[in-house]
Amino acid sequence: MDFTLSEERRMLLETTDRYIRDRYPIETRQANVQREEGFNRDTWKELADLGLVGALLPPEAGGFGGAGEDLAVVFEALARGAVVEPFLASGVLGAWPLARAGGHTSVLEQVIAGEALIAFAHGEPQGRYGPSYVAATAASNGEGGWSWTINGRKTVVLNGDTADWLIVSARVSGHTDEEEGLSLFLVPAGMAERRGYDSVEGGRAAEVILSDVRLPAENLLGESGAAYPLIEETLARGALALSAEALGLMEVCKDMTLEYLKTRKQFGRPLGAFQALQHRMVDMALEIEQARSSVMLAAGRLEGERIERERTVSAAKHLAGRVGRLVAEEAIQLHGGVAMTWEYALAHFAKRLVMIDHLLGDEDHHLQRFMAFSRMQEASS
Amino acid sequence: MDMNYTPEEQAFRDDVRAWLAAELPNPLAAKVKGGKRLHREDYLTWHALLRSRGWLAQHWPVEQGGAGWTPIEKHLFEEECVAAGAPRVIPFGLNMLGPVLIAFGSDTHKAHYLPRILSDEDWWAQGYSEPGAGSDLASLRTSAVRDGDHYIVNGQKTWTTLGHFANKLFCLCRTDPNAAKPQEGISFLLIDMDSPGVEVRPIITLDGEHEVNEVWLTDVRVPADNLVGEENKGWTYAKYLLTYERTGIAGVGYSKNALGHLKRVAAAQSHNGAPLSQDPLFAARMAKLEIDLLAMEMFNLRVVAAAGEGKAPGPESSLLKIKGTQVRQETTHLLRRALGPYAMPFLPEQFDEGWNGEPVGPDDAGPIATQYFNMRKVSIYGGSNEIQRNIVSKHMLGL
Repeated sequence: MDFTLSEERRMLLETTDRYIRDRYPIETRQANVQREEGFNRDTWKELADLGLVGALLPPEAGGFGGAGEDLAVVFEALARGAVVEPFLASGVLGAWPLARAGGHTSVLEQVIAGEALIAFAHGEPQGRYGPSYVAATAASNGEGGWSWTINGRKTVVLNGDTADWLIVSARVSGHTDEEEGLSLFLVPAGMAERRGYDSVEGGRAAEVILSDVRLPAENLLGESGAAYPLIEETLARGALALSAEALGLMEVCKDMTLEYLKTRKQFGRPLGAFQALQHRMVDMALEIEQARSSVMLAAGRLEGERIERERTVSAAKHLAGRVGRLVAEEAIQLHGGVAMTWEYALAHFAKRLVMIDHLLGDEDHHLQRFMAFSRMQEASS
Repeated sequence: MDMNYTPEEQAFRDDVRAWLAAELPNPLAAKVKGGKRLHREDYLTWHALLRSRGWLAQHWPVEQGGAGWTPIEKHLFEEECVAAGAPRVIPFGLNMLGPVLIAFGSDTHKAHYLPRILSDEDWWAQGYSEPGAGSDLASLRTSAVRDGDHYIVNGQKTWTTLGHFANKLFCLCRTDPNAAKPQEGISFLLIDMDSPGVEVRPIITLDGEHEVNEVWLTDVRVPADNLVGEENKGWTYAKYLLTYERTGIAGVGYSKNALGHLKRVAAAQSHNGAPLSQDPLFAARMAKLEIDLLAMEMFNLRVVAAAGEGKAPGPESSLLKIKGTQVRQETTHLLRRALGPYAMPFLPEQFDEGWNGEPVGPDDAGPIATQYFNMRKVSIYGGSNEIQRNIVSKHMLGL
């Protein structure tokens, strides 16, 4: 039993922390959000040069990490700056299917170097958070030398508007919600019709329409019709990354609120002298420790056996939602009016914290998944 | 980071498990698991077994006859014992007074009292709380006035757990009523409960049980030699004792066991024609509890592992106390809820060993509602959860 970070991960953490502290103040973040692409390509390149994208991928894919703890360390540290560069979209959700399926090494190299962007086009208009909900179709027809024709519509594709490549899930057989019959394709983003937009807390996403997109055989990732396990694994990695990001955001919200309680005076006393507020801060701190514990557990189980991986990742994402909302709302309430302003940084951390619950499954979705996988675990033991 | 136990720790766990399987008497485990009343002899039987294996004094160093365990080993031992249905170890002498004497007692005290604790010749009780001093323990008023070679003690202690089994009382008394701060005038005295002027009166708690008592002290003559450490320094020792009271405070083993019990009870109850455990609302309540427990288990291990590296458990143990008691109370709440109407019947006679009557409702329904009420205590005792929040607020958050 050892909960200390390895030397390599400690250095990774220090590198990220230093960058955020020196080069990514909240003003930079806000300026990056205002850009047309929703982030800053130069910043992204700098962060990639520091190895922060490579840290999310294993050596066999050209990275130098890729374990659950690497994801947890990087995403928690990035959250301290509320970083909007496309780590989740490109570094995790986009890169992982490619890394696992093999091939396309030059694309992967460019992604790791911060030179190409890749987005995961999986969710669909009626799919909500269902991991196997795919109505988009892939027909194998061989017309004019092409092997595949893709049709369908993908929704809220993170950084889908600026991505160079899309990883698209499409169905080759079965019903809309079935795990069987799914395939993943690497699609040049220009072949899709895309409508980009801002997201409420900063960052960008897109609606993606695929109309008779024709692809050669090598753009199929892995075996046709058997992509569900890889999709599930990708979503699990994303959910862990988001849970770790939520944890970092919670720490920022807690620290800022504590600082405010110690300095802001009302009724002739610092706010922190009021027991009603002290106890609420303690409850926040306690729940954050719970969330941290669940992230550590899920990180340690990420590369393990499926049921335990899914169960612990869902526990972590559930708590990220439940505790995240508590911390965001309490931080705003304990601050009072100032937290209602766009100008004050806390609001942006709190907003991201709340909106994480809308990505890759919310508190309820992951509670249900936790229950389903707990039942599987009990049945198999 | 490595979330697995070392081979040595796994071997220790296997050893404990095998020993429990071989030595813990089945009737005793059945009583514990069935929520029956435990008597003095039950605890003494369990202590004797542990003593024979050298595992009775878990917090003492080996040279004093203790187990000399690491925090991880203590944690593993507790988990295995709860899972096997072992009674708890009565903590007052072994886990509370013992460490205080080892740290602050005179050689005479150590030579006299430690072996008697280890052999169960003495059963100690804790004389801390008073009717007017609960969370504000330092405001205690029981007085000890020096009279030659003795102190004359007058006052009233309360919530004295199992005081009706005890022959000794360690007692916080005020020896300097004029001290600048209330904490500074307190002394730590060892009192023989057979002394004239000591009277134990039962307190019946809301579940109808007799576990705690009042202890009245009227002109009790206590030899001055029974003072632990220095006069007026008792608060330091009292606080030191409380850090031991807080070890294992999260009750992870207990809650894991109780969650398993809850799942079995919920699976046996039916609701709308299906097992209650499959009812979406009830299943979601259980799953939230399970997630809280899963996270708390990791949190507890993080604190335990840090303690193993020599870091003293600080305010984190207060956080663990709050979460641990929330989880315990939620478990008993869901157990009570799971029974539906069968939570109502109150047949306290069924908690006695050898009761042959017919239960009303499911076999294991009997103690569930009363245990729910009993468990309200855990967020009150050992420093109420509000006091724990004050501690964290001051020492961790700097407010």
